[in-house]
Amino acid sequence: MTSADFRILLPEILLSGYAMAALMVAVYSTRDRLAPTLVWATAGLFVALALYIGFAGTGERTVFNGLFIDDPFARFAKVTILLSAAAVLVMSQDYMTRRDLLRFEYPILVTLAVVGMMVMVSSADLITLYMGLELQSLSLYVVAAMRRDSVKSSEAGLKYFTLGALSSGLLLYGASLVYGYAGTTQFAGILSTVKDGVPLGLLFGLVFMLSGLAFKVSAVPFHMWTPDVYEGSPTPVTAFFATAPKVAAMALIARLAQDAFGSIPTQWGQVLAGLAVASMFLGAVAAIGQRDIKRLMAYSSIAHMGYALIGLAVGTAYGVQATLIYMAIYVTMNVGTFAFILSMERDGRPVSDIAGLNQFAKKEPLKALAMLVLLFSLAGVPPMVGFFGKFYVLKAAVDAGMVWLAVAGAIASVIGAFYYLRLVYYMYFGAEQDPVDSRMAPVQWAMLVAVAAIMLLGVINLFGIEGPAALAAEALVR
Amino acid sequence: MENQLLSIITFLPLVAALILALFLRGDDVAARNGAKWLALFTTSATFVISLFVLLRFDPSNTGFQFVEERQWILGLTYKMGVDGISILFVMLTTFLMPITIWSCWNVEHRVKEYMIAFLVLETLMLGVFMALDLVLFYLFFEAGLIPMFLIIGIWGGKDRIYAAFKFFLYTFLGSVLMLVAMIAMYMDAGTTDIVKLLTHNFGSETFSLLGIHVVGGLQTLLFLAFFASFAVKMPMWPVHTWLPDAHVQAPTAGSVVLAAILLKMGGYGFLRFSLPMFPVGSDVMAPLVLWLSAIAIVYTSLVALAQTDMKKLIAYSSVAHMGYVTMGIFAANQQGVDGAIFQMLSHGFISGALFLCVGVIYDRMHTREIDAYGGLVNRMPAYALVFMFFTMANVGLPGTSGFIGEFLTLVGVFQVNTWVAAVATTGVILSAAYALWLYRRVVFGDLIKEALKSITDMDRREKAIFAPLIAMTLILGVYPSLVTDIIGPSVAALVSDYHAALPADPAALAMH
Repeated sequence: MTSADFRILLPEILLSGYAMAALMVAVYSTRDRLAPTLVWATAGLFVALALYIGFAGTGERTVFNGLFIDDPFARFAKVTILLSAAAVLVMSQDYMTRRDLLRFEYPILVTLAVVGMMVMVSSADLITLYMGLELQSLSLYVVAAMRRDSVKSSEAGLKYFTLGALSSGLLLYGASLVYGYAGTTQFAGILSTVKDGVPLGLLFGLVFMLSGLAFKVSAVPFHMWTPDVYEGSPTPVTAFFATAPKVAAMALIARLAQDAFGSIPTQWGQVLAGLAVASMFLGAVAAIGQRDIKRLMAYSSIAHMGYALIGLAVGTAYGVQATLIYMAIYVTMNVGTFAFILSMERDGRPVSDIAGLNQFAKKEPLKALAMLVLLFSLAGVPPMVGFFGKFYVLKAAVDAGMVWLAVAGAIASVIGAFYYLRLVYYMYFGAEQDPVDSRMAPVQWAMLVAVAAIMLLGVINLFGIEGPAALAAEALVR
Repeated sequence: MENQLLSIITFLPLVAALILALFLRGDDVAARNGAKWLALFTTSATFVISLFVLLRFDPSNTGFQFVEERQWILGLTYKMGVDGISILFVMLTTFLMPITIWSCWNVEHRVKEYMIAFLVLETLMLGVFMALDLVLFYLFFEAGLIPMFLIIGIWGGKDRIYAAFKFFLYTFLGSVLMLVAMIAMYMDAGTTDIVKLLTHNFGSETFSLLGIHVVGGLQTLLFLAFFASFAVKMPMWPVHTWLPDAHVQAPTAGSVVLAAILLKMGGYGFLRFSLPMFPVGSDVMAPLVLWLSAIAIVYTSLVALAQTDMKKLIAYSSVAHMGYVTMGIFAANQQGVDGAIFQMLSHGFISGALFLCVGVIYDRMHTREIDAYGGLVNRMPAYALVFMFFTMANVGLPGTSGFIGEFLTLVGVFQVNTWVAAVATTGVILSAAYALWLYRRVVFGDLIKEALKSITDMDRREKAIFAPLIAMTLILGVYPSLVTDIIGPSVAALVSDYHAALPADPAALAMH
């Protein structure tokens, strides 16, 4: 039995072991010179593990006395996390090397964060949940402050740490209340307790836990840290923040809501719906005034989290499927967009002012076209794949009888379209001035073009993502 | 082959656009000409294939023909087909596109991209008229915004940015509400197949929502959501304000496509969705729509009188003419609906030609101000003739297609609501006023403006562009059966189904 338990945990163990070994090698050898190799090796390992989990994983098992669960839902989330982390790693290598930012700690910290995320999505117990979450968060705090000589970067790291610690506190407080009233930390146990009546204290605990997790997905009103951290962190780190951790936190909310509180969907559904509406509107409205593309992407991701939360708020299997598909599409779009943002520079220095995009299409027609596709996809305009993501969640909302939520989402998407359009406007018909340079390593260029192609070609069959997502959702919602 | 014909027509322009995007390099004269010729050739080929479809089309069959169906994502289907109502819109599109392409032969700025935008746009417009799946329809309907946004934004006039954004956001807001309604329809009927939805009965029991009695129930709500989209697209008063801006700023070819084809999507939507799928909702809202149309006709005609910009004047005239269309559609009888479709086709030729007329002199003088012209007849006799012809057609002179459309819709409305018909008829007089006054100011009088002394008449290409449009306007004007024979049976079926679906006692509905 124990060996079978370990086999389930193999990817996490392998990654942890790899991180330790890499740390040892790097510390005792030539240090930063090894970093590029390490980045590629880490990305390779991520992809290999994603393939292993995606193809070899079957069935549904709870191991280590109900602490850790392996099911199609966890596997779907893990594959998404691993692949997006790998993509972000390889495309940031050139950027960081050229700016002398690449320390060997970077891939190692990312690896540890990814291990944390994998534990999060597989957690079947409040303790596992917290362990995964903290492993992830602590690694990310350090990564945010990677550019040691930059005030902004340090500020971002510190801000992220303070607010992150606060959210962890909220989460822990909630978890302790839940434990106090349910008498167990296991999700299955909590589920059977709430079946026969919900004590008020437990409800308080639930709300505190959701607040803590809302911090992690940067849902309004717990979003304040996002723009500052996105802006202050080095761009590759921002790209990482915008992708894998969001998937993990969103999956964790789904896991907690369904596995531990699945029998009282009305109690958390309203909370999540409120978060969703607030996020969509604030994200859409606040982004309009932004001049910095990284801050803009921060608000964009807040709005996108709102849409993803719609799928969870409705509490149905179809809703969870919608959220999973939405998140997969969201990270893909963000990988492409950040591949472009990474390349924006002037005289070798990175720029993030959107005015620098003026007349970019004249200088680089192909990249501009790829960005055009991505921006329309982010705005949710058909036939780009981004539209199908929104369509899925809106359909889930109407399906569950929450038409008002769908209408709110539809209206917010129009407001949101404005700022994506403005980027298109700058690139294609902005004022005549010298646009930014766009220096891309081949891998960044490949990411950008590949993602744009995915956004267009996905209209044919969404690359068959529906089936696995449906399977994952059914495993979670019973 | 037969079953894929519609897909071939739809995607042929897209394939050409891809070829241009991927294989055409450089921006020299040869590359520009290559792009133009490929675009012209493709759009012409599309027209020829669509003619073939028209010849094989059986008007007596009121169902959908040339149907193609495939599985798609989300349990949706890729389903295309045409019936008597949609086939002529397909023809209108394929007929006008080669003319449009040929009309922008003088464009020098980013020619390749210009051609790509128009080719992609053609694919999307054809898709709208052929799609037989709700989401597929929405996909084409919405995606059309992207190329048009770029056409206005890149190749437009001075205030193009404002116009492009207004155009995009106005129409986008309308459409997303329609998307929510589409999802609600899917939940209610369990399918997104338009053919099945046409026979599905959506709930029409009056219920109370937030304290308001919704007469016509679900149907009225769905109707309103679709109305939000189609009314903006049409555009109907008072949500028409994006159109003059977009028209004025768009390049000539963009204006032609916008006026001649894109506006027709709204009317087509009313005929494809609103009337047959929500008959009770349509019936409840019809008086409102009729009065909005009547106001639109009179109000925008008066506004047109006050314009100093030629394109803006024609844009307002378009809004007025679209008023006849909505009026005819919601009269919901054979004459009204026949007239509405006829008016849309006829307006496609006439307004397209009028924008081309403006384009001819704009190319020479680079201004659209009416005051900058005068006495053109002295130096441009051929132009004066062509412009005169289309001015008369726009006014609705008997013998031109404009007359048939206005007459039929007025006859249709007269049977339903005499007052609306009476108010709308004054629009005929007003349209004569603004159109003839425009003509007098631009063409007649003495040639006193110094800048106009060296203006040249239309060259052979420009004359050739107008020839097919003049021919169609005349042919449809003297022999309207050409159109009504094709649309007649489908319209008859639509109208009889519509009336059959209404409750026998209309008072019973309002009583609830």
